[in-house]
Amino acid sequence: MDRFVNLLDETLVHIPSSKGRVILIEDQVETSGDFVLHHLIKRSLSTESSEIVIFVALSKTFSHYDRILRKLRENGKFVFIDMLKLECPDGDEGNGVGGGLMDLYRKIQKAVEVNASTLPEQSKCVTIMMDDLSLLEVAAKGSSTYVLDFLHYCHTLTLENGCSLVVLNHNDIYSSNTVPTLILQMEYLADLIVMTEPLVTASSFVQLTVLNKGTTDEQGSSRRKLHNFHFKVKENIVEYFYPGSRA
Amino acid sequence: MAETICRALRDGSLAGEHAPALTIKDSIPSPFGFDAFTHFLCSLSSNILAAKSQSQGIVLIAFTKSPSFYYDLLKSRGIDASSTSKWLRILDCYSDPLGWRDGVGVNGISSTETVCKNVRDLDGLFSEILRLGKEMVGSSKARFSVAIDSITVMLRHAALSCVSGLINNLRSHDNVSCVFWLIHSDLHEVRTIAVLEYMSSMVASLEPMNVAAKEQRSDSESIFSLKQYSRKGKFHLRLKRRNGRVKVMSEEFHVEQAGIKFAVYSVTNEIVSQSLIPKVQFNLQLSEKERSDRENVVLPFEHQEIGKTSEIYDGRRSLSGYATDLITTSASVAEKRHSEADIVGKGEIHYLRDSDDEEMPDSDEDPDDDLDI
Repeated sequence: MDRFVNLLDETLVHIPSSKGRVILIEDQVETSGDFVLHHLIKRSLSTESSEIVIFVALSKTFSHYDRILRKLRENGKFVFIDMLKLECPDGDEGNGVGGGLMDLYRKIQKAVEVNASTLPEQSKCVTIMMDDLSLLEVAAKGSSTYVLDFLHYCHTLTLENGCSLVVLNHNDIYSSNTVPTLILQMEYLADLIVMTEPLVTASSFVQLTVLNKGTTDEQGSSRRKLHNFHFKVKENIVEYFYPGSRA
Repeated sequence: MAETICRALRDGSLAGEHAPALTIKDSIPSPFGFDAFTHFLCSLSSNILAAKSQSQGIVLIAFTKSPSFYYDLLKSRGIDASSTSKWLRILDCYSDPLGWRDGVGVNGISSTETVCKNVRDLDGLFSEILRLGKEMVGSSKARFSVAIDSITVMLRHAALSCVSGLINNLRSHDNVSCVFWLIHSDLHEVRTIAVLEYMSSMVASLEPMNVAAKEQRSDSESIFSLKQYSRKGKFHLRLKRRNGRVKVMSEEFHVEQAGIKFAVYSVTNEIVSQSLIPKVQFNLQLSEKERSDRENVVLPFEHQEIGKTSEIYDGRRSLSGYATDLITTSASVAEKRHSEADIVGKGEIHYLRDSDDEEMPDSDEDPDDDLDI
């Protein structure tokens, strides 16, 4: 199992999970990108890194993630913010849509501040994860502007508190005629983009593309790289392999 | 060419004219606009520090990066960051653009930063820019530059008319030396980009090297469709002169660790010739030796009398020319040619007729006359 997992890890390992990183996972309806998210949660909570994960759940329940993480010998801390019933108030009452997202942001900010203070300064590492950005758009009455404002604020958190931000979104739900602002904006914002897409030829395999935009890190090295490999999700594990290396 | 932009930003505006304005635009296939933005920012900064520029300071409106990022950037490019309070003001629209943040303020506020908590109010933003600029340069005559790191974000918060109004006000203000900004062209309607381009005297656009990749934009897989994912690209500049003349220039760029580098268009030709010419068995290109040999060939119509000045016939015979002509009789011409050929080492052409069949090559007779059809 290790050998297969390593392939995805290899491409992700270049991201110092510490400061100000934005990872965007783009998936399609045939090929769910959930397993990448699961992988990243496990990686953050593994014995070596022991980070704090603040999880904003928009699509799946706590028991779902609990089942996935049960086998894991947790070392880090998993903070679950249940937003399954999130619905922003209408424009007339209260602060409107923006107000609803502002409340959510403040919740995250508070969680980050409370938890980051428990960590020692050197190993300060908080990851904010969101499992379906499109549902946030739904909650915001379809206004991508508010969602982008919200993401911007999450981005400011990444710089100050040594957080990274992991967001999943679907890339086939935006019409190609209109400008797909939200997903494109996310692509500009992200440092690393992971995309899953089906293969036309082999139905059992799925293609995974990782683009590391590699903004220069502290060492001054910049790795702008495009990785491409296939994977197969099995009962308990996910197999990753290079294209053509498996029948 | 990127040098042209740096110079234009350095020289600033003429009295009674609008300040020069630069639009930098990019798109997802080649998202290096920010690298170009920082390049011009750093170039202007070093010009200001060397007192070569008209403007005496920069007001930077930061939407996409935090002020600390810019300090680190300037430091990494070897620009003295300790004196920033004299020539740099950052209007921080990044940390808390909508006033959502409660409790403690942003840490590390220095004298050079101001946090803007309501970016929707562009009038307030405008007066804040002027306040910061005037406070920085001091005297009423001195000018400062304005840099906006993302019009894209500004347009998310405010209408196009308000943004263009702000830019116009800045350009026409007496204390503003130049204005430049970055925009992601694929996040806006075409007309939005056009409006901003109308208001700028220079438009720099960054495009991917291979045009094919650009055409694939309609696909949903945009950013991944680039097989040759490259840090190189084309840099186009459209320059509007005061008299209305428009100049278009192209260059190529390469994004490196130390920043963006611009180079003259050379590799492109190679790429074009490599990709357009079909693979053939024979050689279409010349080697270096073949090229130099070809250049050394003296063509028949060229003056071959080496050592003499070439004389161009102007319709009359000069007296000296007439004299020499008299001396060189027809008999001596052949002889002279012989000796000249020996000196220069050039070859001669001897024509030996093969057979008598060709005896009357120029005859008017019809060669097929005897055919009996």
